[in-house]
Amino acid sequence: MMFIPGNNPGMMQDAYIYGPDSIMLDLEDSVTMAEKDAARLLVYNALKTVDYGNIERVVRINPLSTPYGKKDVEAVVKAGVDVIRMPKTETADEVRELEAEILKVEEEIGCVGRTQIMAAIESALGIVNAYQIASASSRMMGIALGAEDYTANLKTMRSNEGIELQLARETIVVAARAAGISCFDTVFSNLEDMEIFRKEVEFIKTLGFDGKSIINPRQIDVVNEVFTPTEKEIAKAQTIIAAIKEARQRGSGVISVNGKMVDRPVVIRAERIIALAVAAGVIPEEDAL
Amino acid sequence: MTNEQLIREAAAKLGKKVYQGPGQKIPTFRRDLQKESCKVVSLEEAIRKSGLKDGMTISFHHHFRGGDKIVNMVVDKIAEMGIKGLTLAASSLSDVHAPLVGHIKNGVISKITTSGVRGELAEQISRGLMDEPVIFRSHGTRGAAVASGELHIDVAFLGAPSCDPLGNACGYSRSENAKSICGSLGYALPDARYADKVVILTDDLVPYPNTPNSISEHDVDYVVVVDSVGDSSKISSGAIRDSKNPRDILLARLAAKAIINSGYFKDGFSIQTGTGGAALAAVKFIRESMIEKGIKASYALGGITAHMVKLHEEGLIERLIDVQSFDKVAAESVKNDPAHKEVASYEYASGMEPGSAVHYLDIVILSALEVDVNFNANVLVGSDGIIRGAIGGHPDTAADSALSIVVCPLLRGRIPCIVDHVTTLITPGASVDVVITEYGTVVNPRRPEIAERLKAAGMKLVDMQYLRDCARKIIGEPAPIPFGDKVVGVVLGRDGSVQDVIRNVLK
Repeated sequence: MMFIPGNNPGMMQDAYIYGPDSIMLDLEDSVTMAEKDAARLLVYNALKTVDYGNIERVVRINPLSTPYGKKDVEAVVKAGVDVIRMPKTETADEVRELEAEILKVEEEIGCVGRTQIMAAIESALGIVNAYQIASASSRMMGIALGAEDYTANLKTMRSNEGIELQLARETIVVAARAAGISCFDTVFSNLEDMEIFRKEVEFIKTLGFDGKSIINPRQIDVVNEVFTPTEKEIAKAQTIIAAIKEARQRGSGVISVNGKMVDRPVVIRAERIIALAVAAGVIPEEDAL
Repeated sequence: MTNEQLIREAAAKLGKKVYQGPGQKIPTFRRDLQKESCKVVSLEEAIRKSGLKDGMTISFHHHFRGGDKIVNMVVDKIAEMGIKGLTLAASSLSDVHAPLVGHIKNGVISKITTSGVRGELAEQISRGLMDEPVIFRSHGTRGAAVASGELHIDVAFLGAPSCDPLGNACGYSRSENAKSICGSLGYALPDARYADKVVILTDDLVPYPNTPNSISEHDVDYVVVVDSVGDSSKISSGAIRDSKNPRDILLARLAAKAIINSGYFKDGFSIQTGTGGAALAAVKFIRESMIEKGIKASYALGGITAHMVKLHEEGLIERLIDVQSFDKVAAESVKNDPAHKEVASYEYASGMEPGSAVHYLDIVILSALEVDVNFNANVLVGSDGIIRGAIGGHPDTAADSALSIVVCPLLRGRIPCIVDHVTTLITPGASVDVVITEYGTVVNPRRPEIAERLKAAGMKLVDMQYLRDCARKIIGEPAPIPFGDKVVGVVLGRDGSVQDVIRNVLK
């Protein structure tokens, strides 16, 4: 998910060419007070006119408690945004309040249920309430960590190792999985150090995150490389899926591949690897079995 | 008959004088004698002794690009001396030459011929400053025109970072406290050889012999010592950018992919890159692939950059052929590395010489301000009608290479770069093989075999009309440029014909 300031028309126009999975047009922290209205208008028009192809279009709105939040919701829902990202989410009630706002606009234009919600958790209270937030609405498609505000709230700062984010990251993954939605890790802002960035992406993939937020197209390749399954992983997953299919046809539930027992979690993981490989374009859809 | 009688008869038959004995020995220590070289004079004396008169042609090179100090210094002096109506034949002009506007207005300069012009001078010319149109030639075409006499130079004023009192000059200095460096003097070499009079201006007068030398004392009439010939830190300004721009990197990656899969990427290939950010970044990706596949290039040509020097030093490129050094690293390499060869512009890219290096060039990566649906490219005039670039070697390399790749973003801000008709025709579409944009790659229908190879490599191939429509969809219909009917520039083709004209822009 690539962050793009909502007051930068050049970047909004170019986002498509780099091929991120989703873009997040920002109306919140990257836009100054003086430019809030102009950015909203710009984002509205970008959503209406720019062809982003298959890229998921997310807009980060201002909190509903500010004078801009409700106007943001109205504009982006009317423009047909895919997902609204709510910043600094701390409670399930906030999600429900946003849901009500979205519904109001959707009813007005006659497309109820079109807009999804992603909640960014950026404080200790948000982490404590993570599962409640993740399960607050059927529109919830994911939760994300916002590490800058979170570390400030914890009275610490970000390190290269990310030890201060350990609990927050694990909590978010667990809460998202418990609620059956996706989870996205925070941004890494040092563009010069691609090696540390790569390590961080590898780490959060191991934790179970579905993706990483990025601030520059140069980071896309690293995320894709880390998240794209290797040939070996794909081959193994395909063997497992082929074996389980064959076993099912025979009416057998349990099988073994290369002498190892294959049970349900192994099959689920194999299916996920194939799904990722198809999404990354390294194997064609018809090979997904 | 005596021997003396026979000598007199032989001399008479040959129309020669009879030997009268040796001249007088000069007993001065030879190092001291150099100080009395009759060639070393002041700038004013050099101008006067050269015989420069109203209406003549003076020439300059642009190896210092934005750091050049020679053009303004010499033209100021000429103006002071009251000489008028000159033709200024520079290999190129840049932002730093804005003071020429004043010398055009006061009649010192009445005609200009160049490869390009930028900044205030370019803007004023575009608005109709001059009575006579500026004649634009590519580097190869200029070299050929100087050599053939089509472009006759009366006096060449050539800056050199080192020169001895007899006129042996280089684009670098071997002195410990050298003041300046520009590397290759490739654009100065035709002028040094063919101009009627040659004045070298140097900020480092070194003892004879300043060898190996680029310009020979044989061609030099006067040597003028000046405080500074140019600011070396600015030789990489003007056109050259080492980009971190993600779009440039994306374009570079696509250009590299096209090259690697083109069929020309094999052991012994030759390559040239332009100076756009994407072209420079492409070199990095090509390098990775060369190492991975064990492929080496026989030579890199053209404007040589630090990137190319690095590949050469790593053993990936055997030779460097350098008409202009694009940065200090390249300039130092010309000085230190015998495999890094300086060539004159006619040896580099003349369409008239069968031996020029471009004829043996496999791959060139170029950039462009605009490309039109017929593959014609423009690198000289902006979409606002203002001259803002230089032809350089663009048409030379595109025409003579086996594979020419033009990298061009679909849009620059709100300006579409893929258009219906280029504002000015610089490189004809027949010589452009592949156009790379961030919205897809286009292969000229004249090269179906390249299209097949790139398609097989999984590249997204589109056509020009699709790109043109994409650009229009995003930015809408551009307003027409308010051109007037005055011709402010004439673009000569590689064969010397008039290829296009540039009209004045109304305010």
